[in-house]
Parts: sequence; C-alpha cells; structure tokens
Amino acid sequence: MQERVKSPKFDVVGTRPVRPDGADKVTGRAKYGADHNVAGQLVGKVLRSPHPHARIKSIDTSAALAMTGVKAVVTRDDFKDQSSEFVPAGEMLVNYRDVVRNVMAREKVLFEGHPVAAVAATSESVARAALRAIKVEYEILPHVIDVVEAMKPDAPIVEDGMITVGVTPPPTKPSNVAKRVEFVLGDIEKGFKEADLVIEREFNTKPVHQGYIEPHACVASVSEDGTAELWTTTQGHWIARAHCARLLGWDMTKLRVTSSEIGGGFGGKTVVYLEPLALALSAKTHRPVKMAMTREEVFKASGPTSGANVWVKMGVKKDGTITAGEAVLKYQAGCFQGSPVQPGCMCAFAPYDLANVKVVGFDVLSNRPKVAAYRAPGGPISEYAVESVVDEIAEKLGMCPIELRLKNAAKEGTKAAYGPKFGPVGMVECLEAAKGSPHWKAPLGKNQGRGIAAGFWFNIGGETTVNLQLNEDGTLTLMAGTPDIGGLRASLAMMAAEELKIPYEKVRPIIADTSSLGYNFVTGGSRSTFSSGLATVEAARSIIKQACGRAAKLWEIPEDAVTWESGEIKPAGDNAGKFKPMTLTDIAKVAGKTGGSIVGVGAISAQGAAPSFGVHIADSEVDPDTGKLTITRYTVIQDAGIAIHPAYVEGQYQGGAAQGIGWALNEEYIYGDDGKLQNAGFLDYRIPVASDLPMIETIIVEVPNPRHPYGVRGIGETAIVPPMAAINASAARATGVRMFELPLSPPKVLKAMKAAKKA
Amino acid sequence: MRYESPDTLEAAAKLLASESGEARILAGGTDLLVQIRAEVLSPALVVDIKKVAETRAIKEEAGGFRIGAAVTGAELKEHSALKKVWPGLVEAANLIGSTQVQGRASLGGNLCNGSPAADSVPAMIAAGAIASIVGPNGRRDLKVEDIMLAPRKLALQKGEIIASFLLPKRAPHSGDAYLRFIPRTEMDIAVVGCGVSLTLDGSGTCTAARVGLGAVAARPLLVEDAAKALVGTKVDDAALEKMAAAARAACKPIDDKRGTIEFRTDVAGVLAKRTALIALERARKA
Repeated sequence: MQERVKSPKFDVVGTRPVRPDGADKVTGRAKYGADHNVAGQLVGKVLRSPHPHARIKSIDTSAALAMTGVKAVVTRDDFKDQSSEFVPAGEMLVNYRDVVRNVMAREKVLFEGHPVAAVAATSESVARAALRAIKVEYEILPHVIDVVEAMKPDAPIVEDGMITVGVTPPPTKPSNVAKRVEFVLGDIEKGFKEADLVIEREFNTKPVHQGYIEPHACVASVSEDGTAELWTTTQGHWIARAHCARLLGWDMTKLRVTSSEIGGGFGGKTVVYLEPLALALSAKTHRPVKMAMTREEVFKASGPTSGANVWVKMGVKKDGTITAGEAVLKYQAGCFQGSPVQPGCMCAFAPYDLANVKVVGFDVLSNRPKVAAYRAPGGPISEYAVESVVDEIAEKLGMCPIELRLKNAAKEGTKAAYGPKFGPVGMVECLEAAKGSPHWKAPLGKNQGRGIAAGFWFNIGGETTVNLQLNEDGTLTLMAGTPDIGGLRASLAMMAAEELKIPYEKVRPIIADTSSLGYNFVTGGSRSTFSSGLATVEAARSIIKQACGRAAKLWEIPEDAVTWESGEIKPAGDNAGKFKPMTLTDIAKVAGKTGGSIVGVGAISAQGAAPSFGVHIADSEVDPDTGKLTITRYTVIQDAGIAIHPAYVEGQYQGGAAQGIGWALNEEYIYGDDGKLQNAGFLDYRIPVASDLPMIETIIVEVPNPRHPYGVRGIGETAIVPPMAAINASAARATGVRMFELPLSPPKVLKAMKAAKKA
Repeated sequence: MRYESPDTLEAAAKLLASESGEARILAGGTDLLVQIRAEVLSPALVVDIKKVAETRAIKEEAGGFRIGAAVTGAELKEHSALKKVWPGLVEAANLIGSTQVQGRASLGGNLCNGSPAADSVPAMIAAGAIASIVGPNGRRDLKVEDIMLAPRKLALQKGEIIASFLLPKRAPHSGDAYLRFIPRTEMDIAVVGCGVSLTLDGSGTCTAARVGLGAVAARPLLVEDAAKALVGTKVDDAALEKMAAAARAACKPIDDKRGTIEFRTDVAGVLAKRTALIALERARKA
C-alpha cells in the first residue's frame, strides 16, 4: 500500500462555512436562467420537427409573420452554413458544421424535436399560435433508433455520405459509424492464454438524461449598433460566446455573456441550443427576446448521454491476477457524431494495473437528439460492463470482490491502457477504506444483496482566469469565470482566505461575465475547484507581493527586505522590528496613496489535474413477487485529494450516487416504433425522488494531488461511474440472477427471476 | 376560453349543455390545467363547480357518507370519522400526485379524467360508491364501476356533472384497503392498482367482498370472481390464491412504457392478495 500523505493543517481549508450564494438560493432571490426579465422583451418559441427523420422540402413562414404580435421568424436561411471544424467544448469536441444544424435543421430533420423555425412575439400565446401557422413540407424518410440496428449495412443513413474514420482502408460505402477508435496495451492473446478463467459478456444500456431541474433559458438583447447582451444558464459563458459569435458571424467583443445561477448542468449545459436563436431573433427586432424550454423540450431536444452496447472479455488466473481485458463499445452519438465513446474506452479498465488490454469503440449515429456530456461522459457505461464482469470473476473464483480488486488495483506508476503513468492515486486507499467501513461488515436481511464497484475519472485543468481585488477597507472581491454549480464560490473564497490569512467572510466571490474577466473554459471535467483554485492562489500571491511592495515603499526599504508572515507584512533582515507590521487592511487603506488599486490576477492554463478513484458499496432488496429493487444502504468512498469544503465534496458524492441509482433502476429513453420519444417528462422518465433513496453515506479519502497547492483533485464526475455496476452486483446477489441490461426495472427483473426459476 | 363559476348544479349543467364548443368541468384542476397547458385540451368553456356547496362537503347520510365530488384528498384525510370507516379509500385519494396535488385533487376529478390508472377509482369501486349525477334532465345515480367506459370516455351525457358520491352504511367487522404498484415510492402513476373491501361475520368468515382493479384494462374493473373467491372463506391462503388467479384472469392490459402485459397480469394477482390481507386485518379490528 502506498504511503498516505499526511494532510497538512489549514485554518480555513477543510472547514464547512456557509456558502456565499446560500441565502439568496434558499430565499428565492437568486436569479436563474428564466428569472431575468428586460423591459420590452419578446417571447421566443421554437417549432420542432414531429418526425424522427425527414427532408425539409419547404418552410413557409408568411402566415405567421402576418399575425398581429409576431415580430420575427428565423429559419435555416438565417444561419450561414459552417465548414467542418472540431473545437473543444467541455470534455467533448463539437463540430460547427453540426452545431449550426443542431440549433436549426438545414437539409433534414434528424430527430423528433429538431428545431425547424423560431418566432419572437409579444406574448407566449401569440408565439404558440405563430408556430402553428408555419407550414413545413416534409419528405418523410425511414429512421433508425437502436445502436445495433444503426450499424447494420441496410440501416437508413442519418448523415448522407458519412464514411467511417479510423478504419484502414477507409470504407467505400457510407454508414452510420462516424468513427472507430482503438486503445491497445500489451498482447491480449498472450494474456488470455495465461488465464485460468475467461468470462465474456454483452451488456446494453439506455440513453439517460442529465435531469437538471432548471430547463434551458436565456434572454438576448441586440442593440441598434450591433452590440449584444446575453443572459443564459450555462456551464461556460465564454464557450457560449464563442459558439454564438461563430454562428452569427459577429466579433466576440460585441457579445457580452452573463451566466445566471445554474440549476444543474452535469455536462448538458456546455451546449448552445436557444442562445443563437434568441440572438438572431433579437438582431431582427432590436427587442430583447426571452426563451425558455419546457420540460418536454428539454427531454426531446437536449442532452442525453449515449445508450450503448458493450462486449467485455476478461481473463484471470486462479490467484485473481487479471491477465487480459478486452472490450468493444458501441455508443449512440445521436444525430451527429461525437458520442463519448473515446473517454468510455479510456476509462474501461483504468482502475486496474493490467499488462494486456484492447478496447475498441464505435461512434454511431441514429435519429435521436445529439448526446451531450453527462458527468464523466462515457465512463459509467464502460465501467458498468467491466466492473460487472469483475464481480462475476470474484464470484467464480470464490474471492472477496475487494481482495480481487486490491490484487489488481492501479497505483502510482501504473501505466494506463490509454497512455499515461499514474502519479499518486487513491484506488488502493479507497478499497482499504471500503473494507474497513461499517457498511461492508453489516449483516444483510432477507432478499437483500450487497455489491461493490470501482470507478475512475481523468479530471482536467485548462484555461482559467481569476481576478482578486483588494477593496479600500481590506475586504476582497473575487471574480471567477467558471459557473458555480457545486459550491465553487465557497471553495475559492476559502482558498483565498487561507492564502491571505484573513477570515473567509472577508472574501466575496462572484461569477463575472465575459466582458469583465479574461477567458475561462467551462465548468466541466471536474476542473473548476482545481483550476479556478490554482488561479485564485496565484492571484492571492500576487496581492501579497504587491502589498509587500507597498509596505517597502512606505518604509523606504528595499522590497526584498519585507516578508509576509501569518497575515502580516513585516520588515526583515537588518530592518526587522524597525517598523510596525502591517496587515492587508492597513495596506488597503493607503493603497491609493502608494500606487493605486491592488488587483491580483491569476490567468493560467491549469496543469497537473489528477484523477480520482472511487469505490461504491450498494445494498439492494428485491420484492420477489414484483421484481422491484430498493436500495437499502449505500456508501460512497472516493479520493478527493484534499476536500476544501467537505460538505460540498460529500454533496457531490451523494449526487453522483443518486443519479447512478436512477440510471441503474428506472431511467431510460423509451421510443415507439414511430421513432418518437414516449416519456418526455418526469412522470415516466423516472429520476429517483427523495423517498426512493437511502441516506447516502460518504467516506472522503484524501491522497493529495502534489500538483495543487492545497492538494485538490476534481471529484464531481467519478461519483457517477461506479453505481450501476455496484447495484448490478447487489441485484445479482439479492435475486440470484445476473442481469446484463439497464435499467433494472421491475418488469425486467421479475421476468429474469421467473426465467431462472423455470431453468 | 370562457370561465364560469355558478352557484348551483342546475346552472352549471345548463352552461355545459348549451356550449357548442368543447366544455370542461373544473374541480381541483390537477389534470385539466395540466392538459390545457400542454395543449392537449383547449376548451371553449370551463365551468368551475367548487362554488356549489354539495361538491365541497362531506356529510353523514343514511348511516354512510356523502362526499362532494370536489372534496380534496387532503380534506378526506382530515375527516377522522370517514378515515376510520374507509381508510383504504382515503389512502387511495392521498396517493394521487404529491402533497401539493392532494391539496387540490378530488375524487370526482380523478374519476372524470378518464384514466384507467386513477388511484381512487378501484378503491371507490371496492367501496361500492354510487355517484349522484346532475344534468339537464335532473338527477340520477350510477355505480362508479359503470362510469368510465374507456380511456377518456365516460357514461355521462352532455351537460351531466357528478355532484357527489355516496358510500354505503358499513356492516360491523368490515375493512378496506388500496395498494398500487409503482416503480418509485411516490410521485408516480399506478402500473397496477387494487382496491379490496370485505366484511366478516362473528366467526371471521368473509360474508361480503368487492375487488376493484386499475391499470390492467381499458377501464377500472369490478372483479366479481375475485370477490367470490373470498366469500364464505376465512380468507386463508387457498382463498387468496384463488382470488389472485381470478384477478389475473380479469386483466386485459397492454404493453406500454409503464409495464408489460405479463408484468401487469402477474402483479395484479400479487397486489390483490396483499390488499386483501390488509383489508382483512382492518375488518378483524373493526
């Protein structure tokens, strides 16, 4: 077991202060996407395709435009076509050729709900009436929904002429397979020959939605001189600015984007949907235009993540040494390429130190909404399959599933199949903590089973800017640009307070708009506390350096004769004791007379993000007569590096588990033969309600990241990776049947139990 | 859209009967307003019946209870005398939607929304509830099991309004119960619903029973064979198995997003047994 780095003692880091945005959120004062209103605003609504796949023959907007109260209509003709160019957005790439088609259908509609036109009108009822007055002539085409069906040679082609990338020689015939990727380490044939036991299984998962409670909403206002303001609920307002400016052909500087408070994103708010439409409508009318999706629109036309077909083969020696791991991943991309199959491949065997690995992935189009990032995009699907096989191996070998994993666990120095060697990582520590947890040792009741599974996520850094200004009274205003989804403002204020040795309450953090701060990449990839934290520390250290300079000036001694000690600026060396030490407040009061305002800027491309491993334990109980599974106990164990604000770390762990429980038990996109989504609402798209969940216990493991001043690792995403496999394993023990398909909904479970009884 | 809120049933019936476009009755509105907002319905006339006293009152009548069609689930729960005699029906009404919805949703609305999965309907059928209907031609009574004919289709004539429901006088040693199967624990819609009411004699033999099933056919069902399986027995395992088999035999479900034919049929039997056992326990204590 690698040595656990001792947590250093901090004054603020590791405590649990009240979040700065808390009071406004619990009193309803906080303004989310749809809470912003501007005098004279119009209501924008979107006309969406009723067909899953059709060619647009014509769009006649004349009757709508003639209606009283209708101020503008936009269609495909209002957006210039874009050439094929991939750019990063969140953890996934987007292609502007596809982005312009996703916000507004061009040649074809590619899924039920695809935007075809948008109107701006003086009221919602007029806008709705205008949508009904738009005449669209469609030539209906055959559609394909299922990923395996979409890969068949005779499947309807979603994108005309698409040739698979990553296959040599390139195929001559178009297909729905956009890309083939492959990751190889060692020699799997050799590995399987060394194995005493080989298990091969095929799994299927359904697309699931991020399920953020706040629907997409924005207000756009374009003035007569062409400058524009956009208020929107987003995980990245600089990305939103870049996408909108590109689609509209505007200079970025003319577009000022403010991110509202955000009611959940989970990756799904790294995409623009309404924003370019609202801006285009406002540009036509010079009136502010407000747009908000209904829940039905959110389900039909935003998110979700891929459903998939995954095949896994693993070889293992009698002593539990895994000798080879092989997987084939087929991920739905939706109607444009860009499923998270690549990270899915990279995650698949990442928790283990394996010599022989081969993972092949296919990115497959079908007539569904384009998938968006969803919390550890791709990882939960591949690790559900791999970890389910690992559990079966443990059972067949008669080994404890923790011991089997400990025997093969990734550790410092392990070379991952996707390339890098791990630095200090916490997989072993998490497994040990799981073994020692009260949950693992607790007895089980009748019809109950316990499962365990591991998970991994890379985490990223990237471009980040933080601005810290010392106010005249010694308080500080902190401007960050990564939207605060999970307690970021509190965490940044804590790191600034720790660095500056001042009380937490003296730092007031805000999320600044795109015209007030340097570039920030999205809140995504579990990067915001890590990256904006690094930038905050850099900005704070700049404040200290400047403050020391001001003291030196006042004391008329050289700058290097001034030191910073425990929140005080002191004369040092020969001058020690000659002048009364000064605090930041003292310096703030005289800043104007000593050179002007003191502002620290951290403008960085954050490097050194470290992965987080997690291990989840799930107990489930089956009702043997109905097949209904209830999660009776659940524990999340995960490496946080160092938890800046442990309550928000725990919140992320619990949230990931809650979403994973929904994914495992009931959530799924259900399509009819007509290619239309049948459950576009929370009634039949069943995310768990509070009473469905047990209290989710958490254990924070701390193996500090040496590349961050406070040891931070990203933690938001790993928490959704293990639940499906942990629950699948617990269900196998509770029911006595192994199942290979999600969700584990009651009809499926009952059927599997009945079939097992007959056999 | 025109909104009216008359004080009498006669005036309400007249408004509904004389409307040439689509007309809808508003009680709690928990289905109607949602359907209007979702553009499923766009009625020309909405008649709010909540100003009519009969629709909003719970009264003891002929040893039983008369419940206004617009009385809410939350109000039923607050009525201790009613809850003591008909706990199953009160519980069924309080499974509809969420706590907030239960503050508005009514028995009349739950029935007239015309969904085969309505929670309170199998419980009302088991209770032997009789609807009192007022229309342009006066008042008539109709058993609850005869009101819904098919999804969104009712045995009501144009202008007819359900004013109230009569729950009959209860014999000693009687109990009722309602259970539904949902994939979650709340905020959901029944995949199968089952209401059972039964009466025991002094020796614990079942002398009368009624069984209602929901979400297993195009309309909520009164399953007489399931009831017969219990009458004359001590409601022992053999009787319960026979009852479950009768419940399953009555099912004519569909495969849809909420469940398969096989699953619904299986679970109808399971729920029938479980519901009967709760009703039995209550009858023994009553």
